[in-house]
Amino acid sequence: MSLDKATVARIAHLARIRLPEEELEPMAKELSRMLDFVEQLNEVNTDGVEPMTSVAPHTLRQRDDVVTDGGIQDKVLANAPEKVGGFFAVPKVVE
Amino acid sequence: MSELVRLSIAEARDALAAGDTTSVALTEAYLAAIEAGRAHNAFVTETPDRALDMARASDARRKTGEAGPLEGIPLGIKDLFCTEGVQTTAGSHILEGFVPQYESSVSANLWRDGAVMLGKLNLDEFAMGSANITSHFGPVANPWKRADDPDKVMVPGGSSGGSAAAVAAGLVAGATGTDTGGSIRQPASFCGIVGMKPTYGRCSRWGIVAFASSLDQAGPMTRTVRDSAIMLNSMCGFDPRDSTSVDMAVPDFESVLTGDIRGMKIGIPREYRVEGMPEDIDRLWRQGIEWLHEAGAETVDVSLPHTKYALPTYYIVAPAEASSNLARYDGVRYGQRVPGGSLLEMYENTREAGFGREVKRRVMIGTYVLSAGYYDAYYLKAQKLRTLISQDFAQAFEKCDVLLTPTAPSTAFAQGEKQDDPVAMYLNDVFTVPASLAGLPGISVPAGLGSDGLPLGLQLIGKPFDEQTVLTAGGVLESAAGFRSFLAA
Repeated sequence: MSLDKATVARIAHLARIRLPEEELEPMAKELSRMLDFVEQLNEVNTDGVEPMTSVAPHTLRQRDDVVTDGGIQDKVLANAPEKVGGFFAVPKVVE
Repeated sequence: MSELVRLSIAEARDALAAGDTTSVALTEAYLAAIEAGRAHNAFVTETPDRALDMARASDARRKTGEAGPLEGIPLGIKDLFCTEGVQTTAGSHILEGFVPQYESSVSANLWRDGAVMLGKLNLDEFAMGSANITSHFGPVANPWKRADDPDKVMVPGGSSGGSAAAVAAGLVAGATGTDTGGSIRQPASFCGIVGMKPTYGRCSRWGIVAFASSLDQAGPMTRTVRDSAIMLNSMCGFDPRDSTSVDMAVPDFESVLTGDIRGMKIGIPREYRVEGMPEDIDRLWRQGIEWLHEAGAETVDVSLPHTKYALPTYYIVAPAEASSNLARYDGVRYGQRVPGGSLLEMYENTREAGFGREVKRRVMIGTYVLSAGYYDAYYLKAQKLRTLISQDFAQAFEKCDVLLTPTAPSTAFAQGEKQDDPVAMYLNDVFTVPASLAGLPGISVPAGLGSDGLPLGLQLIGKPFDEQTVLTAGGVLESAAGFRSFLAA
């Protein structure tokens, strides 16, 4: 599978990574090479094969729906690049 | 170099228990070694003050008779484990300056058992790499040199390259690693040390920066098999905070190192004899078979027919999970932020500046294979292949107790070699990825030197939750190979 620049730009946008124009072409080549590599899986007939959902043979554990921590606002915010009044701050979203 | 740093963990433990040395003396010896060994670039963050505080506290505990199983042993921690109050970077610019307010379960278990933290070890960015060349904090140098070209700097393997190099160079007594597709076993092979990945679910993933959650598993990197068993005992255990942590008793791993493998059935998977495999590796593999024979084991030919599809399966599953896990690095809650005119622009700028090329490549592949219209063709297909690969192992284990294979298809290569083609780089993990996809325990034991004078490991792969057989056979390989004589430095 060969990816074109427009597709790479779209993937970059979906992945929320800004990719400058001059990097689209080299990235398209590298991603195409990876896709060519993984496409050998099409040689294998997988009709009727269950997809693996858990590598370990046990069902996912569930816990009671109760708060197990909390009251640690300072810790939660300790690494925030920007905080205002006890909240994470981001650029204005709604005009 | 101080003799103290040449002690294995088991030897240091015994010397401490006998009162022949103290944790402070041991820690000071390692801090001096770290300072003298900075050229390896094995550490992202050194924590000498904390190490000495922990060592003093350990010596005090010992005096009151409260010594834990790892009491006073100085260790390095891969910088993928969150450590409370100590910068944790995952080798990435985007997490530079991040100081966790919590401790990963595995490292907490080590401190609970008395270990001392020397610092945080370098790794490939977000554990994505097989040569420790993608770290934002620069490449790590393997302490080993090519016999005929000692000026070239060899890579230590990856992603746990800092851990492997630090153990081999005597900068730490042991280290934690994490293995997603071979990130413990392959660097162990490149650096001539022991690296063990336990069964998926044995070690809690809580507090470990996530790469591919269905594959990631922590494990020890040490100079001997016994040391791996000792560390593993502390690292493993049920953790209610990780929903995939297995609620199962942890056996005494050290007690299985009996050297007795009489009657054990060793499977030799024929598909691992890949085309163009260097003669060195084939020779060592045959040597390993002979060693196990001599110790009384039987060998049986087994087939793992889907082996060749493991790597392409991995390079769909792992990037898909990574693209999802790495979505949290958006500049809002922690790490670096690059401003933008809008929220979206801020995300995109932050991730552009914060991620290195390999990480961007994998996040984008993951995004693509999960995107509308491609999910079934790639991701679902890969999950089906994963079932088939897992079934291959289950069938092989009906005929044998453990599998013996080479760990890596080559010895370490030099910095700058093999870097142009991502797919060629991925082939480093061709022998380790299948067991990862099946969640199986595996160990790499240093078994000899290639014709270039660099170390080579042999890999043993076990049944789920049967680390004991892997360790028992690993101990036999180690004794037969005369492992200690290969120690670097």
